[in-house]
Amino acid sequence: MEALDAMQTESLHAGDGPPRPRLALSGAVKAFGPVVALADGNIDILPGEIHALVGENGAGKSTLVKILAGLYRLDAGEFHVGGQSVSFRSVADSKAAGISVIYQEPTLFPDLTVAENIFIGRQPKGRLGLISRAAMRQAARDLFDQLGVRIDPNRVAEGLSIADQQIIEIAKAISQGATVLVMDEPTAALSGVEVERLFQVARNLRAQSAGILFISHRFDEVFALCDRITVMRDGRYIATHVTSTVTVDAIVHEMVGRDVGALFPKVVAPVGDTVLSVKGLGRAGVFADVTFDVRAGEVVALAGLVGAGRTEVARAVFGIDPYDRGTVEFAGTRLRPHSPKAAIDAGMGFVPEDRRKQGLVMNLSVGRNTALTLRDRVARFGIINGRAERAAAVEWSRRLQVKTTSQEYAVSTLSGGNQQKVVLAKWLATDPKFLIVDEPTRGIDVGTKSEVHRLISDLANRGIAILMISSELPEVLGMADRVIVMHEGRITAELSRAEATPESIMHAATASLERAQ
Amino acid sequence: MSEPGSSTTRSSPVTPADKISSLDTRLIDTTKTLPTEPKGRTGAARILLGRDAIMIYLLLAFVLYASIAIPRFASPVTVGFLLLDVIPVLLIAMPMTLVIITGEIDLSVASIAGLTSALMGVLWESGLDIGVVLAISLFAGVVAGAFNGFLIAVAGLPSLAVTIGTLALYRGLALVVIGDNAVANFPPGLTAFFTSKIGATGIPTVMIGVVVVALFFGVLLHLTPFGRGLYAIGFSKEAATFVGIRVSRAKFWLYVGTGSVSALAGIYWTLRYSSARSDNASGLELTVIAAVLLGGVSIFGGTGSIPGVIAGVLLIGTINFSLRLERISDVVLIMVTGSLLIASVVAPSVFEALQRWRHGRRMHKTLPQVPASGATSATAPGVQERK
Repeated sequence: MEALDAMQTESLHAGDGPPRPRLALSGAVKAFGPVVALADGNIDILPGEIHALVGENGAGKSTLVKILAGLYRLDAGEFHVGGQSVSFRSVADSKAAGISVIYQEPTLFPDLTVAENIFIGRQPKGRLGLISRAAMRQAARDLFDQLGVRIDPNRVAEGLSIADQQIIEIAKAISQGATVLVMDEPTAALSGVEVERLFQVARNLRAQSAGILFISHRFDEVFALCDRITVMRDGRYIATHVTSTVTVDAIVHEMVGRDVGALFPKVVAPVGDTVLSVKGLGRAGVFADVTFDVRAGEVVALAGLVGAGRTEVARAVFGIDPYDRGTVEFAGTRLRPHSPKAAIDAGMGFVPEDRRKQGLVMNLSVGRNTALTLRDRVARFGIINGRAERAAAVEWSRRLQVKTTSQEYAVSTLSGGNQQKVVLAKWLATDPKFLIVDEPTRGIDVGTKSEVHRLISDLANRGIAILMISSELPEVLGMADRVIVMHEGRITAELSRAEATPESIMHAATASLERAQ
Repeated sequence: MSEPGSSTTRSSPVTPADKISSLDTRLIDTTKTLPTEPKGRTGAARILLGRDAIMIYLLLAFVLYASIAIPRFASPVTVGFLLLDVIPVLLIAMPMTLVIITGEIDLSVASIAGLTSALMGVLWESGLDIGVVLAISLFAGVVAGAFNGFLIAVAGLPSLAVTIGTLALYRGLALVVIGDNAVANFPPGLTAFFTSKIGATGIPTVMIGVVVVALFFGVLLHLTPFGRGLYAIGFSKEAATFVGIRVSRAKFWLYVGTGSVSALAGIYWTLRYSSARSDNASGLELTVIAAVLLGGVSIFGGTGSIPGVIAGVLLIGTINFSLRLERISDVVLIMVTGSLLIASVVAPSVFEALQRWRHGRRMHKTLPQVPASGATSATAPGVQERK
């Protein structure tokens, strides 16, 4: 609390001249091997302001936050806190400098009380050096008063809502002398009332001249709460605007504004009959009222922000997860729910998001992985024909040009791109009618990426229906015949290839529906 | 499928060989790929050169050594007693191999054998026909296994906890069933049959049944789609689910398998010693698991083979038997088994390190001739063209 007093005194003197930023990062670079996650990060946070940071998935926001939090060290660039150049080696360094990050889902100790959680590791001591519970409770109460919320400091943390947990984290940060609070998508899991309460807390802190960095995908929140907005794209700083001088359209344009060139060898294939028909699919708390069709020869992209429920819909369609309502029809017949086997037998394939955990059995050999989907087909009277199994694996590895010296090596020894080819190979080997590809090019090199794109296009051309989930807008725009956009578990737009633009998709993905029309 | 009469109608059964030959090969560009191994090692070579072969060679080496070094070792009598001793472990080790390959465990097997034995005693004493007694006892094993399977596969409880529980539960039930009594008056013809030998070979007649069980589980694990699925489950349940493997169902049936084979072992035990007691086969679960691990099955799941496990069981059995012939005390025996077990757990990692080193060298030699991945084309996704 001394820190806040200090803040207040400081802000009294700040009247003359422009306020000095509490935190300033400029020209920040962070690379992981050959992957540059942050090419040019810039941000400055003034005392007494709420500053929004917006950008697509992969724009470099998380990397920037992790640099602020002391989790990553800068490769290049300048980082000043309170006018002094800093280089954090750990989260503790960042905390000591007065920066605190509030994550989407805080992790409190469930068995400790609220007050104990706030003061863990630095409990106020009374006589004889014992912890003074009374002092701790009083301090917690004071903190909540300061934030303008009411939470009982004596109750245990278990069972608190995420909103309450976030506020406890904020209280903890303030008590540790934080002058800059970074809130990483704090509202994603909150209800309307809770969001409003969090905003009130943020405004109170602003009035007490703390600096707040607010990261959100929701433009209504950004515009309602924040004083300035910084836009990032592809790991680079694009611009900073004073909120009152800018429109949602301008921000969206800056977020996505890049050329979607002829990178994607998209051939519009003749569209055939409906292969997959999803009607009113819903799963409580995950997605609701999802209705769409995919026809033979068509690439339908499922776009939206991370967490919009796209993968969850795909998993339910394929039978990995159950669903509560609605139907999935495949080639005219209703598909048995919650049975991947039924889906595969009907002619579906699923190239999942997480190649290492879901797509492949990493310790199994390349050959066995490739033939895993064929295990029933290479058997006669229940006994596997080993020669046919190996022949199929070799054949499909060759078709997809999987580079390995031996089919017998564990698939984990291959590169990411080659692993993805094995995943594709094992599904193409089943001769599917419908293929779900979830983030098909995540984490693979540029060369293989365009191979995969060509492959998808080619498959559609051969009459396979494809549902592609992708968080990369260029990929969506380049590959899709139709784009279905989801936001918070619901479909918010269905756009034809002609209608799909970065702006229209982004608007639907952030659910500013009226502007999308 | 857009047109009727498409050449790839799913309903028509297509054997893989037909399928591959009927694919449009014109589009395949093989010139730029690394030569993939043209043909993998076939059946016999795979077994003779594979990693599990080490256990088989070790066994052969030890048998050879024992035959030369221990005077009374190489005789039909030795073979007979050794196999009679080893049969219960060998039996239970078969389904246990499959269970451990999926990354689970079953500690209740010996208790199931004990329960079966107790049940046999009580039912026989009550005057039932021996055929009925055997059938009911076997069925009890099936039920006991199904109960484990239900708790593990359907309720999703951890197998270690569940089977520690049923280890105590089934042994307790055995005691409830028969108390401190022992029943010994089984039909003499039957008990004699269980210790009889095939001609002068010294091989027990019941080995025929054991071989059938071993063949069944060997084929199930190595040659069926179900078996392929078990390896995948052992490494990654999630990835297995994504290729349509029914993980829970597979696990359930494996526990039914361990339950019923444990019952067979219990029946064998009772008739071989002509004694039905509640404490029959007690502690056997650890011997079985030790032998399975020694046979090259990874406790973490995913690797192992039936031939390897058979060799492991026989190796432990042979070592124990020869030590006993040399009148070496049981304490040493236990220590030897323990050391072997530790060695067998360490060995695979050494082997793996060696393989990685070899792989690294091979990659180093071949890679420079490989064109960059971006330069190759992927025009042939190899899906049959629809006319």
